Amino acid sequence: MTKKIVQIENVGQSFDTKKGKFVALRDVHLDIHEGESIALIGHSGCGKSTLLNLIAGLTRPTSGVMLCDGREIAGPGPERAVVFQNHSLLPWLTCFDNVFLAVERVFSAKEGKAKLKQRTHEALELVGLTHAENKYPHEISGGMKQRVGIARALSMQPRILLMDEPFGALDALTRANLQDELMKILAATKATMVMVTHDVDEAVLLSDRVVMLTNGPAATIGEILEVKIDRPRDRLALAHDAHFGDCRAAIMEFLYHKQLKRAA
Amino acid sequence: MTAAVIASRPGAGVEIETVRVAGGRNETGSEASVTVVEQKVEKVEKAEVETERNGRFGEWLQALSRAVLPPVIGLALLIGIWHLATLNGGGIPSPGKTWQAAVVLFSDPFYIDGPNDQGIGWNVLASLERVGIGFGIAALVGIPAGFLLGRFAVLSQMLNPIISLLRPVSPLAWLPIGLLVFQRADPAATWTIFICSIWPMILNTAQGVTRVPQDYLNVARVLNLSEWKIFTKILFPAVLPYMLTGIRLSIGTAWLVIVAAEMLTGGVGIGFWVWDEWNNLKVEHIIIAIFVIGIVGLVLEQILMLIARRFSYETR
Ligand SMILES: Nc1ncnc2c1ncn2[C@@H]1O[C@H](COP(=O)(O)OP(=O)(O)OP(=O)(O)O)[C@@H](O)[C@H]1O
Ligand SMILES: [Mg+2]
Repeated sequence: MTKKIVQIENVGQSFDTKKGKFVALRDVHLDIHEGESIALIGHSGCGKSTLLNLIAGLTRPTSGVMLCDGREIAGPGPERAVVFQNHSLLPWLTCFDNVFLAVERVFSAKEGKAKLKQRTHEALELVGLTHAENKYPHEISGGMKQRVGIARALSMQPRILLMDEPFGALDALTRANLQDELMKILAATKATMVMVTHDVDEAVLLSDRVVMLTNGPAATIGEILEVKIDRPRDRLALAHDAHFGDCRAAIMEFLYHKQLKRAA
Repeated sequence: MTAAVIASRPGAGVEIETVRVAGGRNETGSEASVTVVEQKVEKVEKAEVETERNGRFGEWLQALSRAVLPPVIGLALLIGIWHLATLNGGGIPSPGKTWQAAVVLFSDPFYIDGPNDQGIGWNVLASLERVGIGFGIAALVGIPAGFLLGRFAVLSQMLNPIISLLRPVSPLAWLPIGLLVFQRADPAATWTIFICSIWPMILNTAQGVTRVPQDYLNVARVLNLSEWKIFTKILFPAVLPYMLTGIRLSIGTAWLVIVAAEMLTGGVGIGFWVWDEWNNLKVEHIIIAIFVIGIVGLVLEQILMLIARRFSYETR
């Protein structure tokens, strides 16, 4: 097996709220290997974003240890790019400048301005937004904002790509295109990916392992499903793939049978 | 905004136009109104084009009258009540008398008859200069202070009690301190402006900094931006609207305070002028001064609103 890039050991996360302590996550164990793609799936509010924020280093766990490359995750950094659930574009910058801010931060030490700009153009072209480069975030649709957020994260060429429902606001066609692009990029860069999703097909299509979270509060990992489908994957061929169907069924069973019962 | 529109449109013109609009509305589509229009324009052969253009012009007039009419009525009511109140004599001059005095006064606003007798224009300018200096220094000190207070919780915990204590103090209480320290009236007045107009800028800027959405700061953290980049790309643009609110409140306060300060310090300035005219018992001049002070305050406010709109990222 390849090297472990992220180790999550016995991690718990609780928040202090007005009504007292709220335990969001408990006893989470997960090792993420270099180059691996992981999908986090679970019902709304179970703690997927919380777990992703922990890996990003935006929040610190209240118990347990989080390691990246064997060292404790002390804070966020550009080698762990995040696509935020609410896109988090800076409203006073154009789409171009939003991406450029990230590109500049990561590459300006080694590259000239022209190269930085070229990288920015390329990132926006990848998500099909060349025409909206000079628009401000409030001038574009929700799905377009989400794509700018994806372009920003990809432009940084991160070692770990953390994505919180990146394709949630997109139509089926754009979503499929971006999923294919993402798979190509991950194959080319060998980057590691953790993606939060609600979409069972997406989870199976994109990931090597699907991590299923139980319902909150005090959610933890319920099951981990290995997706043993060779890459590159072709969505059309997969529609008739028996293992693909099995994976889907297993996730559905977890989400709509085991977890719904518990929630009820 | 509407007030500015009134100022630029003479009342008489507006009335005539509204009458015409009302007429057009009553006879929509009827031959009569069309012929009237044609006669007026004297282009019978282009009748259709003209009526269309006239229709659009009419719409524009309607919109204009809807925007202008209510404030004009309000102003007319005010002047009417003022007129009625002064019918039985008494100390307050009537609108007519005040208007006559104003015409005389504004026929030569920039005369100089010795240091204590200058035109109203000079007085307003002198006051504006004091406000500009006092407010300018307050902005230079207050805005950075606000950023520091917003960014560092310890600082705000340290200084907030002091600010809460000093902020409600009347401007006039600060004046003697200024006189004592500067030994002259002019810097004392400027000092009073400074100390009274600094608080809204500090408080609003600080509040803006603490309200910068966590999402934006998370972006900064993931990108690991330098402090300077965080300031220029995230903090400053996010705080700007709050800052401009603070500046607007400050300018308002400064303009309020200057009149009181100048009454006490004397010299040239609209506040002193009011006091002087009171001593001369020219009450109509005092009323004119009230209007002038109000209009200048309004213009200052509008200018800042304009700047605020220019810099707000939602409307750009
Ligand atoms: N800062 C916080 N303070 C208090 N409670 C929080 C905080 N952040 C998250 N929570 C709680 O933790 C739980 C998990 O939240 P989280 O955002 O991780 O859910 P999620 O799985 O991402 O949901 P969704 O799919 O709807 O995005 C929720 O019950 C939420 O209310
Ligand atoms: Mg979430």
